[in-house]
Amino acid sequence: MFEAILLTVITAATPLLIAALGELVVERSGVLNLGVEGMMIMGAVVGFAAANLTGSGTLGALAAVLAGVCMASLFGFLVLYLATNQVATGLSLTILGLGLSGMIGEAFIGVPGLKLPRLDIPLLSDIPFIGPVFFQQDALVYVAFALVALVSYVLFRTRMGLILRAVGDNHGSAHALGYSVLRVRFLAVLFGGGCAGLAGGYMSLAYTPQWVENMTAGRGWIALALVVFSSWLPLRVVGGAYLFGAVTVLTFHAQAQGIGIPSQFLSSLPYLATILVLVVISANRRLTLVNTPACLGKPFVPDR
Amino acid sequence: MRIELVKRKEHSQLMTVLSPLLAVLLTLITAAILFSLAGKDPIEGLFKFFIEPLFDSWSLQELLVKATPLVLIAAGLSVCYLSNNWNIGAEGQFVVGAICGSFLPIIFPDFQNALTLPLMLLFGIAGGACWALIPAILKARFSTNEILSSLMLVYVGNLLLDYLVRGPWRDPDGYNFPESLLFSDAATMPSIGFGRLTIAAPITLVVIVVLALVLSRTLKGFEIRVMGESPRAGEFAGFSKGRLTLFVFAISGGLAGLAGTMEVSGSLNQLLPVISPGYGFTAIIVAFLGRLNPIGILIAGFVLALSYIGGEGVQASLGISDKISNVIQGMLLFYVLACDTLILYKVRIGHNRRTASQGA
Repeated sequence: MFEAILLTVITAATPLLIAALGELVVERSGVLNLGVEGMMIMGAVVGFAAANLTGSGTLGALAAVLAGVCMASLFGFLVLYLATNQVATGLSLTILGLGLSGMIGEAFIGVPGLKLPRLDIPLLSDIPFIGPVFFQQDALVYVAFALVALVSYVLFRTRMGLILRAVGDNHGSAHALGYSVLRVRFLAVLFGGGCAGLAGGYMSLAYTPQWVENMTAGRGWIALALVVFSSWLPLRVVGGAYLFGAVTVLTFHAQAQGIGIPSQFLSSLPYLATILVLVVISANRRLTLVNTPACLGKPFVPDR
Repeated sequence: MRIELVKRKEHSQLMTVLSPLLAVLLTLITAAILFSLAGKDPIEGLFKFFIEPLFDSWSLQELLVKATPLVLIAAGLSVCYLSNNWNIGAEGQFVVGAICGSFLPIIFPDFQNALTLPLMLLFGIAGGACWALIPAILKARFSTNEILSSLMLVYVGNLLLDYLVRGPWRDPDGYNFPESLLFSDAATMPSIGFGRLTIAAPITLVVIVVLALVLSRTLKGFEIRVMGESPRAGEFAGFSKGRLTLFVFAISGGLAGLAGTMEVSGSLNQLLPVISPGYGFTAIIVAFLGRLNPIGILIAGFVLALSYIGGEGVQASLGISDKISNVIQGMLLFYVLACDTLILYKVRIGHNRRTASQGA
């Protein structure tokens, strides 16, 4: 029983983890992309459509990434090269994504989906308890684990990460040193988009293998909150994502047990938990100020 | 090819007016492409979407009905955005306002007199304002990000409505349908004209005029502007950032709540599990397209209302999904934001090899 719950927690946490990691990189470069929800839902619908038309889950996941990247490039172009307001542009990306996905997805409502196959890791999956929970998952769960390692390594152990953080903390100095602020940021935005798209693809290919309108149900926004929760540190994103995965799964189980609490109250728990977590984190000024990218949300127009 | 932004010495007045028009034009072109992608004649699609509704008395009236909540919500949002407070939870404030406004006619259906409707509207305003004050208080007290908290409350508000309509507020004689009882005449907005048009429209007009005066003629309006453009200067002048946050959130939440109550008591006459086709989010586009200016918002409200009716129109006549409304709305906001760059900057597209190799 406990093992089964843990399994579902991981599945519920994976899309949050992937999307939040992508957004973390974006925000570390100094850009706030509020369009995560829009990119995620586009990833979900395009991934589902591609998997359905080609019959391959892998191609579905790749298409989901591509959809997220396309959406992100739209955002990046406006925010970076036209210096538009980041909050408003991110919002419009979400509105556009929700509309566009609804239109594309109309042909796929009620169509049975394709579930990503389980991929057992040899040897490791035989370990009692740990094996079934961590090493008998679908491929995207491993991709999420790998992304955590990759992002923490690149951000804090490589020159590339140093440049990225420099651009996010002080774009004036980074520019003076000869780094192309806009190009670094654009690449970061594309990476974030790819992650959000993949997270959406996970929703429609593994979490609930079908297309339902607005199926991301605010997870993109929760991913944004997770980045704040993690105070921009990748390892803490993991903790946050699993915490939220656990909350989601517990509400499911509570509903199934029928413990007399209206289901709507249980469904609202993840959203209320998000607010609570944000309050707890932001009330602690010291914790947030240390890692907040200093140029977060500030537009940069190079003068030459 | 590279794009370079050159800062203008001062705001371009011409572009301030021209930019929304340019955005609408670009949206029309994109919409035409969308129609031809869907295998329809683009000219016919554009005509059915944007023009035909304007020549039909029923849809003209529907235009007013739909523009009313959009304008009202956007007016409140503009006050928030002008002061650099990002309330994006108007959808939730609309819903909670509608719930509070429906309290009287559902719980005390026999309370029917001249006070019923005014009290309902007051309840609605109070409900929306309280819902908006949650993120405002959290921001003022703990500096919690108001974008995320106000948005989370949209989901909570929708679930609350769902619970009430399926649970305690369900009409006992309603054959188990998830809907509340129908409001009495005393709890219904008086209609003007012959269709669904009610006094909500003139009330909205009054709100817009008052707002325009407050913003341009009063100290409060000045405070809102200063705190948005230069909070440091504002604080030296003795304005309190925290108190202003509470004020603007209460205003915009109150207006969204008023819009919600007028929607249920005017157009729907009862509470349903879903009462808004995303008015709270579309109003964000209205606010930006209208330059955060009351008069501009009035015009922009009609443009966005047209996008709803046009969507229904092409669905009926051409068989295109009415989701195209949301696509066109999202695109419009993109174009507005992009065109607004022209107000502050000149865009220079250069092929200069030296800068290209240097700046790449």
